[in-house]
Amino acid sequence: MATADAVTGSRPAARPRYGSMSRDRRWALRWSYFFLVLFVIFFLTPPVYMLITSLKTSAEISAATNPWWVYHPTLSNYVELLTSPSFLTYFRNSAVVSVVVVSLTMLISVPAAFALSRMKFWGSATLATGVFLTYLIPETLLFLPLFKMFATFNEWTDIQLINRWWVLLFVYPTLTVPFATWIMIGYFASIPKELDEAALIDGAGWLQTLTKIFIPVALPGLIAATIFAFTVSWAQFLYPLAFTTSSDQLVLPVGIITSLIKGDVFNWGQIMTGALLGAAPPLIIYAFLMDYYIAGLTAGATKG
Amino acid sequence: MVDAVIRRSEIAVPARRRSGLRRAMQRKSTVAFLMALPLILLIGLFVVYPALYSVHLATLNKSMERFVGLDNFFFLFKRETFWMVVQQSCIFAITAVIFKAIIGFIVAHFVHNVPAKGQRKWRGMLLVPWVIPPAMSTLAWLWLFDPSYSAFNWVLALFGVGPVPWTGDAYWARFSVILVNVWIGAPFFMIMYLAALKSVPEQLYEAAAIDGANWWQRIWYVTLPMMRNIIAITALFSLIVTFANFDIVRILTAGGPIDRTHVFATWAFWLGIQGGDIPLGASVSLFMVPILAIAAIFILRDISKRGNEA
Repeated sequence: MATADAVTGSRPAARPRYGSMSRDRRWALRWSYFFLVLFVIFFLTPPVYMLITSLKTSAEISAATNPWWVYHPTLSNYVELLTSPSFLTYFRNSAVVSVVVVSLTMLISVPAAFALSRMKFWGSATLATGVFLTYLIPETLLFLPLFKMFATFNEWTDIQLINRWWVLLFVYPTLTVPFATWIMIGYFASIPKELDEAALIDGAGWLQTLTKIFIPVALPGLIAATIFAFTVSWAQFLYPLAFTTSSDQLVLPVGIITSLIKGDVFNWGQIMTGALLGAAPPLIIYAFLMDYYIAGLTAGATKG
Repeated sequence: MVDAVIRRSEIAVPARRRSGLRRAMQRKSTVAFLMALPLILLIGLFVVYPALYSVHLATLNKSMERFVGLDNFFFLFKRETFWMVVQQSCIFAITAVIFKAIIGFIVAHFVHNVPAKGQRKWRGMLLVPWVIPPAMSTLAWLWLFDPSYSAFNWVLALFGVGPVPWTGDAYWARFSVILVNVWIGAPFFMIMYLAALKSVPEQLYEAAAIDGANWWQRIWYVTLPMMRNIIAITALFSLIVTFANFDIVRILTAGGPIDRTHVFATWAFWLGIQGGDIPLGASVSLFMVPILAIAAIFILRDISKRGNEA
C-alpha cells in the first residue's frame, strides 16, 4: 500500500488512476479478510463444537442452555474414555494398524517407484499407468468381493480372516500403495539422470543408488507419502466396518460409532470426546508437517 | 532365494568393475521386476482379482451357489429404490462437486489476495476439515443436526426460524449430506486452486489491467484459462471420490429417511453386509463403474497430454 502511495506522489499525471487502484486494493483486502473469517467460521464450527461438547457433562448437554457455551467445564469425559479398556483397545488397534500399514506401504512403493521411474522392464510403462488407475478404484467397489474372498479362504484353509483386526493390514495397502508409488515416481523422475549415472560409474549397485541417492534426495516426497499413508489408514472407515465386528477387534472410527452409540442412547459428550481424540493424531501431524502434507496433496494430480 | 543371489553378486561388483557393470546393466530388468513384484502382487491379489470377482459374484443367486446370469440386474431395475439410489447418487455427486469447486475457487482467491505473510495461517485453518477423518467430523455434524438438541436450530430459533429437520425430512437430509460433503471437500479444491493461482504469471494480470479489464474480465480471460487444466483434473478426482462416498451418508443418515439418501456405496453395504445378499450388493456397486471409467479416461488423457508437453 505504501509503495502505491509513493508511486502516486511521484507521478502526478497518473494520480486518479493509481489512487483508485490502491483504494480498490485496500477494499479488496478488507473484503478478503471479511470473507476469509466467514469461511474459517464455517470450516471450523464442527471441530470447535466437538471441543465444546466434550467439555460438558451429560446433564449440561441435555439442559436447555446455550449449546455454544460451556458453563461448567469438566474433563470427566476425557478421563472416562482414557481409562476405558475398550477405548484404549480401539486406539491401540488403530495405532498398530496404521504404523504397520505405513511401513508396508513404504517398503512396497519406494522400490517399485524406483524400478518404474528408472529401470525399464517389459510392461513397466503399462504398470505405471495401472498403478494410477488402481488409485482411482474406490474401496466401495471392492469390499464385497473381498469379504467373500476372505470367507472362501476360511473355508479352504480354516484360517479365520473376517473379524480379525490384522486382516486390515492386507487391505489398507491397496488404498495407500498406489498413491504413494505414484507420487514417488513423480519425485524420482525429477532427479537428474546424471546423478545415478555417476553413482553407477562409481560402482554403486542399484540398491545403493536407491538408498544413498534417491531416498535422501526425494526425502520430502517420502515424508509426504508417509503422511498420506498414515492419514488414510487412520481414517479408513468402510473396511473395518465391513470386516470386523467384535469389540476387541475394532479400530477407532468404527469403535466410537458402534460402541458409544448404545441403542438409541447417544452419550454425546463421550462421542465428541472420542471423535476429537480420534481426529487428534492426523491433526497433530498436520500442525507440524503442514508443508509436506500440502506437497503430497497437490502432487497427486499435478505431478506425473 | 533369487533375491539373495543377486545381492551377493552385487557385492562382488567393485572387484571386477567393468564386466560387473555390464552384467548389472543386463540384469537391470530382472532386478527392476523383482523390486516391483510386491506391488504387482498386491494390486493383482487385492484390487484386480476382487474387481473381476465382483463381476462374477453379480451373476450368482443370494446363497452364491447358482448362476443366475443377469437376473440380479433385472431384479434391481424393477425396484423403485434402485432408481432412487441412481438419482440420489448423481444429484449428490454432481451438486457436491460443483459447490466444492465454486467454494474452493472463491476461498483460494481470498487467500491469494491477502499478503503472502499471512497466507500460511489462513491456509492452515481452512484445510482442517480435510485433515480430520471424515467419520469423526461427520459425527460432529450429526450432533449439530441432532433432532432435539441441534445447535444450529438453537441459533435459528434466535431469529425466529422454526426447527429445521436436518436429517429427518427427505429434502433436508439430502441437503445435509451434500453440505457435509462440501464442507469436507472444499478445502482440497482450495489448496489445488491456490497452487494453480500462484503459477499464473503476474505479467498477465498487469497486461490485462493496462487493457482496462475489470476484475471479472481478469478472472474470465486470464485466471480461468490458465487454471483450466487443474480445475478439470481436481473436479474429476473429486467426482470419483464423491460418487463412491460411503462414510458421510452412512453415519449421517444411514440412507434414511426411507432410503431417500442412499447412494450406491451405502445401499450396496446395506444389501451385501447387513442384508447378507452379497451378489445383489456387488451388482449395485458395479453401477459405479461406468461413471468412474469415464472420469478415469479423462484424467488419464489429461495426464498423458501433459506428459507429452514436458
